[in-house]
Amino acid sequence: MKRIGIDVGGTNTDAVLIADGKVVQGVKVATTPDVTSGVAAAIEALDTAVDLGAGVDALMIGTTHFINAVVQRRNLTKVAVIRIALPATSALPPFTDWPSDLAELANGGVWQIEGGHDYDGRRFAPLDVAAARQIAREIRDLGLKYVVVNALFSPLDPSDEMAIAAIMHEEIPDVSVTCAHLLGGIGLLERENAAILNASLIALAEETIHAFEQAKSEVGLSAPLFVTQNDGTVAEAARAAEYPVFSFASGATNSMRGAAYLSGLKEAVVVDVGGTTADFGHLRQGFPREANAVVHVGGVRTLFRMPDLVSIGLGGGSHVDLNSGAIGPLSVGYRLSDEALVFGGNRLTATDIGVAAGLIDLGDRKRLAHISADQVRNVLRRCKEMLEENVDRMKTSAGDVTLIAVGGGAFLVPEELQGVGRVVRVQHGGCANAVGAAIAQVSGEVDQVFQGVTRSEAIASARKLAEARAVEAGADSESLALIEAEDTPIAYLPGNAMRVRVKIVGDIRSTRIRKSNKEEVTCQSAS
Amino acid sequence: MRQLSAEDIEALSVGAWILGTGGGGSPYHALLSLRRFYNDGVRIDLIDPDELDDGDPIAVVSVMGAPLVFQERLVDSRLIARAVSAMEEHIGRKFKAVMPVEIGGGNGMQSLLAAVHLGIPVVDADAMGRAYPEAQMTSFAVGNLAPYPLTSIDPRGNEAIVGKTASWKWMERVSRKLCTEFGSIVATCKAPRTGAEVKAWGIPRTTSKAINLGRAVAEANRKHLDAIAAILKAESGKQLFFGKVVEVERRTTEGFLRGRTVIEGLGGDQGAQVQVDFQNEWIVVWCYGQPIVSTPDLICVLDSESGEAIGTETIRYGQRVTVIALPASPVFLSPRGLDHVGPRAFGYDIDFKSVFRS
Repeated sequence: MKRIGIDVGGTNTDAVLIADGKVVQGVKVATTPDVTSGVAAAIEALDTAVDLGAGVDALMIGTTHFINAVVQRRNLTKVAVIRIALPATSALPPFTDWPSDLAELANGGVWQIEGGHDYDGRRFAPLDVAAARQIAREIRDLGLKYVVVNALFSPLDPSDEMAIAAIMHEEIPDVSVTCAHLLGGIGLLERENAAILNASLIALAEETIHAFEQAKSEVGLSAPLFVTQNDGTVAEAARAAEYPVFSFASGATNSMRGAAYLSGLKEAVVVDVGGTTADFGHLRQGFPREANAVVHVGGVRTLFRMPDLVSIGLGGGSHVDLNSGAIGPLSVGYRLSDEALVFGGNRLTATDIGVAAGLIDLGDRKRLAHISADQVRNVLRRCKEMLEENVDRMKTSAGDVTLIAVGGGAFLVPEELQGVGRVVRVQHGGCANAVGAAIAQVSGEVDQVFQGVTRSEAIASARKLAEARAVEAGADSESLALIEAEDTPIAYLPGNAMRVRVKIVGDIRSTRIRKSNKEEVTCQSAS
Repeated sequence: MRQLSAEDIEALSVGAWILGTGGGGSPYHALLSLRRFYNDGVRIDLIDPDELDDGDPIAVVSVMGAPLVFQERLVDSRLIARAVSAMEEHIGRKFKAVMPVEIGGGNGMQSLLAAVHLGIPVVDADAMGRAYPEAQMTSFAVGNLAPYPLTSIDPRGNEAIVGKTASWKWMERVSRKLCTEFGSIVATCKAPRTGAEVKAWGIPRTTSKAINLGRAVAEANRKHLDAIAAILKAESGKQLFFGKVVEVERRTTEGFLRGRTVIEGLGGDQGAQVQVDFQNEWIVVWCYGQPIVSTPDLICVLDSESGEAIGTETIRYGQRVTVIALPASPVFLSPRGLDHVGPRAFGYDIDFKSVFRS
């Protein structure tokens, strides 16, 4: 079984080839402004290093492209938002508590209509279908193509969102409707925020994933494309394009999962030192520890399940000031290979300091002759302090932790750090994020109302069903693990009714991949 | 009387959430609503109970219901104002000021939202000093003041008045039924009080207390100091446990959110485990079958990092939390007070022993 994992970071695009559970080769190329030519270059570099041949089973890409678009306020599309909750909730309309610059980019108009449900499953107000049809025409006349529908208590009963989505499809050609109940649970505003961010990113996601597909075929790969998700699983390309917010934090998840895989450790602090930032996370049972309830994305409040991360401006491309010994937060980013002193540029970076200190051998060392040993020590001391402070922030108890240092800038992590028992470095650690993408898992989900059984019986049945779905999706039945379980009582329905959501993940079963690959090869030769 | 600043409103939301002891609903939506008014130039006055005349009619307000429902139905200031004006129509008098029944959670700010529309000041007092789930769990009930009338308002044009009940418990039963029918969330105006009653039985200066707590947290976070320590210092509290949430079980029954959470110890508490039971608010903390703290002591579960309070409806697996206790208002420590809000009032057959009197 061969899989290619690619991680598109702000500075580097990393790619690895994994065959039968072993990393065969890792490559690192500069991320390009258009993202996709960097992806193509990475696959080509991989192909040059090891002949990929025809046997690649899957291409898995992790990208921070979508979350960066929100943070940097670019490539966002205007969205029409329909909230189905009148006569309630109108005092806090959609886009309340959004940063105004972001709201301006995403807000294509807000409509509120009657409808929705109560906590117990009863109808809250009759659904105003006539108003929805009128609104659909207004949206069509405004030329808006992306619509969010969010109904009161839709995670319990999504029927109103689905009914209004159907009307949008009838009235607006080529419309794309994001139903909020698919993006979040109870919490009307947070669910709506997630849905709006999602809808405003779909155009970019479609374009990006299309370009990934193109890059893939340009280098002659026929393997299916998957995009990695926040929870360490993968989604097929088409689904990923529809739900870009689910891949928001996949870069961090990938690097932590990759660190766990390469080191064989399940409990450790991970630091991924890239070109621009160092990200600190905490592995628990091989998965990143999740952040507490509310996560702000680009200033917008959401309830996404994301890894608990601390990110600081420290990386291989960080600017260095010799006088003060300060590093970052500014970075030369993907221009490292042009701008760093050792590469003939004019900017002193953390990479130059690493070369001067003999931590890494890159470029032309003679260009650093003017830097004194004291100055180098001074900068490295500052770097050590920054690392120690943030490892400590990730800790939950006072004892020493094991630190796995990965990423292209991991040479900046010294062997001795206060509060760290040992620093673990792994082969291919520079591409841990791409490894994490390559080993991403498949999932099986259940979201269903159960009646006439106890809570534990309901969760157990949901779990069984989700496990079966994961296996059906290609998971190895030996590797299944529960990663999400949530139950919400529906008091109004008889028989102790409750809605149960369960998510199971498992490693991709190799036979399945082989089989689907054979089918693909057959298709190719037939065409 | 003093005017509340925009910073006071921000601090109040943080402090009220801590005093909410897990319930009362998150003040976030009320804060958003108040920010909108403050941005439009509206200002609210806070009046000390000592400044009230004995005969002044005072409205007592709250939004009743299940915190989980608040997450969907949000906050509408017009409803709480309507609850007060419906009461004015019923009793035929205009109120001089409005006060919260509970300072804890979103209800600590509902009186401000009512005040915006009614143009009257907010009294710096409440009847719980925290949040409690039921109508008879107030200092007014301990003082045996009249439990009626009550107005109950729903956004769909349903308005109900409970004209008379035989006791506070009957008021709880009847008003809860209305609340559940209306979707487990209603805006209510409780039995009107006089200035004299507020001075005799209200818990004074709790809005100021919440603002001070909020300011202490904000300052600690600004200076990168320990926010938990700042809270304990500001209110003479006690730290009880530090750990990670490993289990949450909740169910919505009879208009309440009930359940329990299990926290596994970290740091100095490594190896130990506690269970925290809740009925909207945190009620009892158990350690190996023994209660280590219970109501009326205030039990607060806080984010260990930021000091931010965590609600019973939002607490979830994996969170790192610190459990602390804050002292209760003296009115609840009498035998009569404990009848209303002690552990037995919540169905726990255990004696109350304050962690502040050991």
